[in-house]
Amino acid sequence: MIEFIEIFKNSLNLIFSLNLDLLEIIFLSLKISFFSLLFSCIFGLPVGSLLAVSKFFGRGFLILFFNSMLGLPPVFVGLVLYIILSVSGPLGSLELLYTPIAMIIAQFCLITPIIVSLTKQVIEQITEEYDELLKSLKANTKERIMTILWDSRYSLLTCVLAGLGRSLSEVGAIIIVGGNIAHATRVMTTSIALETSKGNLEIAVALGFILIFISILINLLVSILKEFSERSSYD
Amino acid sequence: MTKNIFKPFNNNPNSLLPIGFHNVSLKLDNNYFFNKLSFKINTSGISVFIGANGAGKSTCIRLLIGLMKPYSGRVLFSADNRSVNRIGYVPQKIILLRRSVEKNLLHALSISNYPTNKKRRIKEILKFIKLEHLGKQSARNLSIGQQQLISIMRALAIKPSFLFLDEPCANLDPKTTQIIENLIKVVSKSGVKIIIVTHDLFQAKRLANDVLFFHNGEIIEQGKTNSFFTRPKSKEAKDFQKGLLLK
Repeated sequence: MIEFIEIFKNSLNLIFSLNLDLLEIIFLSLKISFFSLLFSCIFGLPVGSLLAVSKFFGRGFLILFFNSMLGLPPVFVGLVLYIILSVSGPLGSLELLYTPIAMIIAQFCLITPIIVSLTKQVIEQITEEYDELLKSLKANTKERIMTILWDSRYSLLTCVLAGLGRSLSEVGAIIIVGGNIAHATRVMTTSIALETSKGNLEIAVALGFILIFISILINLLVSILKEFSERSSYD
Repeated sequence: MTKNIFKPFNNNPNSLLPIGFHNVSLKLDNNYFFNKLSFKINTSGISVFIGANGAGKSTCIRLLIGLMKPYSGRVLFSADNRSVNRIGYVPQKIILLRRSVEKNLLHALSISNYPTNKKRRIKEILKFIKLEHLGKQSARNLSIGQQQLISIMRALAIKPSFLFLDEPCANLDPKTTQIIENLIKVVSKSGVKIIIVTHDLFQAKRLANDVLFFHNGEIIEQGKTNSFFTRPKSKEAKDFQKGLLLK
């Protein structure tokens, strides 16, 4: 028990002393999550919207594909990317393995299905609801899209935050393609795994606290957005 | 008070196109729902489509305003919200945007390219129904009665020549029903052609100038309200008025 309290105290000291190694790891985590989320949004939001509003050949297959990808084990994604990016793999010449870019690609693969599926669900629901009104107002395609996107903005932001939460907590895929190299590809989750195995529980616990803090912050944002949207009836 | 804020842009009923069907057929699930249905109605006053649930009243309106396409035949009605002959439509299920009351009205005015001061129009509309204090509130948080009023006023905000109301008083209390019926009378007097779908016989009696009685995808009777209620010609119409016709 005394040992546990000691670990707890030391980990808090590490956080409040603004340990440079710790800050570097946190910064890299946020950077990788931000870019993977950005690219996932650039791809996922329009694709999800398209799947919600248009009927085209292969739509059913795409929906099935993205829904199936939701349950894909991250280590499998990591393994596939490892094979593709390794020296003997098809993209080996790009020398991306064990770089932050490889980690961004891995997270992109994991977050995009979430963004696509949630966006589709949100846009589909609102489109179905507004369809008769917009048709009766003789709104053109641009006006229809603008109305639907504007009225679903809070729900879409919640989708994006769900993606951010997923990317920050990811470990399986990025440890395979990133390699957990100090000062290069070491992020919060991979550090926790490494330091725990080495017995450096102070660092692991400190990073755990920070991860929990970020997770609470994201959930708080989601709740505030939800409450705000319900109060203004943007539910 | 009623300084004709509902007067349509085109207030010359003679210039309005006739409303109706010419041999319209509609297939639903490979069965004919309407089979070569034809009718014409006046371009002034209040016409009521009456009949039991599933008789084809709402489907008829949806075909008229272009929400559905016929399998064959011709719909004798075409209005464009960007032209002078505008249409207002209030669906059976209230559809309000996730916005404030004012912004719901503004949205309709913007889409229909309302030519004059939109903010003044919104004020005018809300003042008429005495809901100006709710302008900034979220439309979807209002009571059902207020939501329906906003829904009707949104359709009227664009100064339509035609107003289609699908069961406008379903699920409303008697007081709100009376407010809406009075509003419909005022709007009709302003020169707006109104078509109402209802299965409420008393409402039809109170509002209609003429009645179209629907039964199983056919128009069984069409005529003046008084003669429909006092001298119904068909067995179905008699049964419907006695409450014996359920479907």
